[in-house]
Amino acid sequence: MSLAAAIPAALTRIAGAANVLTKQEDLIPYSFDGTAALRQMPGCVVLVTMREEVAAVLKVANETKTAVVTRGSGTGLSGGSLPTPDCIVLCLARMNRILELDRANLTLLAEPGATTQAIADAASAAGLFYPPDPGSMKISTIGGNVAENSGGLRGLKYGITRNYVMGLEVVLPDGEVLWTGNKCVKDVAGYSLKDLFIGSEGTLGVITKILLKLIPKPSARKTMVATFGQIVQAAQTVSDIIAAQIIPCTLEFLDRTTIRCVEDYAKVGLPLDCDALLLMETDGHPASVAEEADKMLQIAQKNGALEVRAAKDDAEATRLATARRSAFSALARVAPTTILEDATVPRSELAGMIRFVEEVAQKYRLRIGTFGHMGDGNLHPTFLTDERNQEEMHRVEAAFKEIFEEAIRLGGTITGEHGVGLAKKGFLPKFAGDAQMRVMRELRRVLDPSGILNPGKMF
Amino acid sequence: MSQSFLKGLDYSVVQQCMHCGLCLPTCPTYDATKLERNSPRGRIALMRSIADGQLDATRAFADEMYFCLGCLACMTACPAGVNYAELFENARAEAEASGVLRSPKRNLIRNLTLKWLFMDLNRLQLAGRLLRLYQQLGLEALVRRLGLLRLLPKRLQELEAMTPRILPEFSADLIAPLTPAVGHKRYRVVLLTGCVQDLIFSDINRDTVEVLSRNHCEVVTPQDQLCCGSLHAHNGEYELARQLARQQLDRIPPGQFDAIITNAGGCGSHLKHYHTLLGDDPIYRERAAIWDRKIKDIHEWLGEIGIEPVQSGSQNGQFDKVSDKVEDKVKDKVKDKVKEEVDEVVTYHESCHLTHGQKITRQPRDILRAIPNLKLVELPESAWCCGSAGIYNIVQPEMANQLLERKLKHIQSTGATTVATGNPGCLLQLINGAAAKGMNLKVVHPITLLAEAYRCSAP
Repeated sequence: MSLAAAIPAALTRIAGAANVLTKQEDLIPYSFDGTAALRQMPGCVVLVTMREEVAAVLKVANETKTAVVTRGSGTGLSGGSLPTPDCIVLCLARMNRILELDRANLTLLAEPGATTQAIADAASAAGLFYPPDPGSMKISTIGGNVAENSGGLRGLKYGITRNYVMGLEVVLPDGEVLWTGNKCVKDVAGYSLKDLFIGSEGTLGVITKILLKLIPKPSARKTMVATFGQIVQAAQTVSDIIAAQIIPCTLEFLDRTTIRCVEDYAKVGLPLDCDALLLMETDGHPASVAEEADKMLQIAQKNGALEVRAAKDDAEATRLATARRSAFSALARVAPTTILEDATVPRSELAGMIRFVEEVAQKYRLRIGTFGHMGDGNLHPTFLTDERNQEEMHRVEAAFKEIFEEAIRLGGTITGEHGVGLAKKGFLPKFAGDAQMRVMRELRRVLDPSGILNPGKMF
Repeated sequence: MSQSFLKGLDYSVVQQCMHCGLCLPTCPTYDATKLERNSPRGRIALMRSIADGQLDATRAFADEMYFCLGCLACMTACPAGVNYAELFENARAEAEASGVLRSPKRNLIRNLTLKWLFMDLNRLQLAGRLLRLYQQLGLEALVRRLGLLRLLPKRLQELEAMTPRILPEFSADLIAPLTPAVGHKRYRVVLLTGCVQDLIFSDINRDTVEVLSRNHCEVVTPQDQLCCGSLHAHNGEYELARQLARQQLDRIPPGQFDAIITNAGGCGSHLKHYHTLLGDDPIYRERAAIWDRKIKDIHEWLGEIGIEPVQSGSQNGQFDKVSDKVEDKVKDKVKDKVKEEVDEVVTYHESCHLTHGQKITRQPRDILRAIPNLKLVELPESAWCCGSAGIYNIVQPEMANQLLERKLKHIQSTGATTVATGNPGCLLQLINGAAAKGMNLKVVHPITLLAEAYRCSAP
């Protein structure tokens, strides 16, 4: 299927010539997202600013059976917004207004192109808090966060994007507009369709408005950095903290390779001579923050921490969290291609999973940097490789296959927060099982009978 | 096409970008258009396509490379450590070599400026003298008053309004070839007086010499200086940039000085990379490496050697940091009162190539804070380009003006009456912008403020 000339013409009538891109130089920059080693040229790109334009674009696509790949800032890590051959890329980055902040109901209504950072800032300016904080939050869009059901550093205590979505406006493939959810804390009228669209990876509809829940800003927080001589000591510290019934806001882990790369970039004074680092943050009432921080300090020390250091102020705490968020990209300092995964296991299985990842890396002679949300059991083993070395890329594939299989065996999942997209498509049937796959396929067919939305993704 | 700069580049430089998107929110052009092509990772994708032989250096490619400000904010944001500066210079060289931008008018301008005027500063000075004569004889005022400019095309009228005031004396008229250190001599340094800076901001050069001398530096200021070549490197004339670098190394042997001082952020950023420029030149390679080590921005150098404390201005008595040590409550009270009344509020705009190119952010602020009766207020988005960007404001007026507006709005929001910045391009841009808006704003180099403060206090 090659994109017929009629389609850009039709899109031009909808969005204007300046907002429809067809030249090679304009399209190449849309031929990838944040995922390594995946590249595919789209047929054209259309940039829209209104729901009506979204509906009109989908109608054209539906009638002509042209694939549509919805895109925000293109920072996804599973190839979810990677174009399919000759598709229309529907870019919502300019549809980025924050429409309402309702202080009485503690909600925020935004368009999908608003960045996560803009939403966090708007909430903060009102003395409120939007907790989900994916690594790319400075530029990732809220629409993308909802479509991928993104997590972040604070998932442990505050949950993920799903826990903050109260309502959605969705344009269906035939152009019909659907609202699901509202400002009510309780609402059990009918199926919770909004939950169907959250994490649907652009396969069921195009989200054009998002109603978010905000919560009061915690009045205090304390951030600490603990270093360990062995990874397993860090893992044990995390297990002990959870077992002590402490749910900190953040329990982030970095291994030696990642620490060096992050420090090389961010220069926040991370200790370099250790095999594992835990970034621990507790927030809430000042008294409970002090108590939890003290307990976490003791647990870390009991597990042989080399050093536990507290951030001296809020600015340093933010610098540390920002540095951690740069981990994935910073690993690219030591290898041209960095392929990360987000296999997740129940927290009780974490230590075993970490050992397994190390063994696999050794077995396949691969360099690896591991970091991630240790408190969630959500790790990001990242293979440091070169996409031009095909033989090594095969070993990377084989290694990931083993890691996914082990994660499933341990009762975990193939993706904790990045989504299935293209990268994990092959592993979904085994993970989900026949019955789930059948129901998902049928649901998709009902909502998108022509199969125009992000075809070939997820399954 | 004669030569492909991008294909010739070490592929690891091209491959370093892992397109995570963390550069997007810091890129002024992407921020304005939300088009991937106008973003750092989008531009790198185009460069890589050329290196891979999948794209030719087309007109659209060349236009894009000239739409980039070259502000290097993306380099500060990039955790992966992509050397965008090198990519950018090679991409512009690629665009020039391809010839796609050639036109009689453009060729004439480039031949006259890059290839003639800026290759020998005697020519530039002669042009400056003619312009000064035109301004001094009142011809400029007359032409403006008679409305003769209306005969010019609109763009030329706008450019005419941007013509800088040529100072009555150039650096060589103001500064002796050798300025002894005040008091004990600890260092021997050489000052680079710049090209345009020499004509329109020669007073800043004089101030720099004064400040250096006051801080125990013997200052050599050669009368016959060269353009550093940054203008050439940034505009695709790689060979001319190399030629100028060689001449510079011949004229100013780096081994003879403790430091080679530049007070222009844009020049400094280029001057620090002579070794990259001449890395394949067996004759100049080593000297270039020494040069790179010795080149210091004035703020950086003063930060390294530490500055002599400045006594408070005459009318207010001695209430600076030094006298703070004197425990005198009465004095403190008077001091607070005086401070409220006379403090000049200054804000600091960061030159892109000082902050992103050279990572010098703390030192200029430290200098401003060390000046008594001066209150430094942080500028929102201080590290966001003002639109000057070398000659960007001449070739891309629309984008440049948007950025200027944004910058001036932020400056106004601080309530500062003075804005300090360490680069002639920024100074000129802000002076013109403030004048056009009728703003009562003093635009100065931080070193000028320091020199003024020294002059007010006894040596």
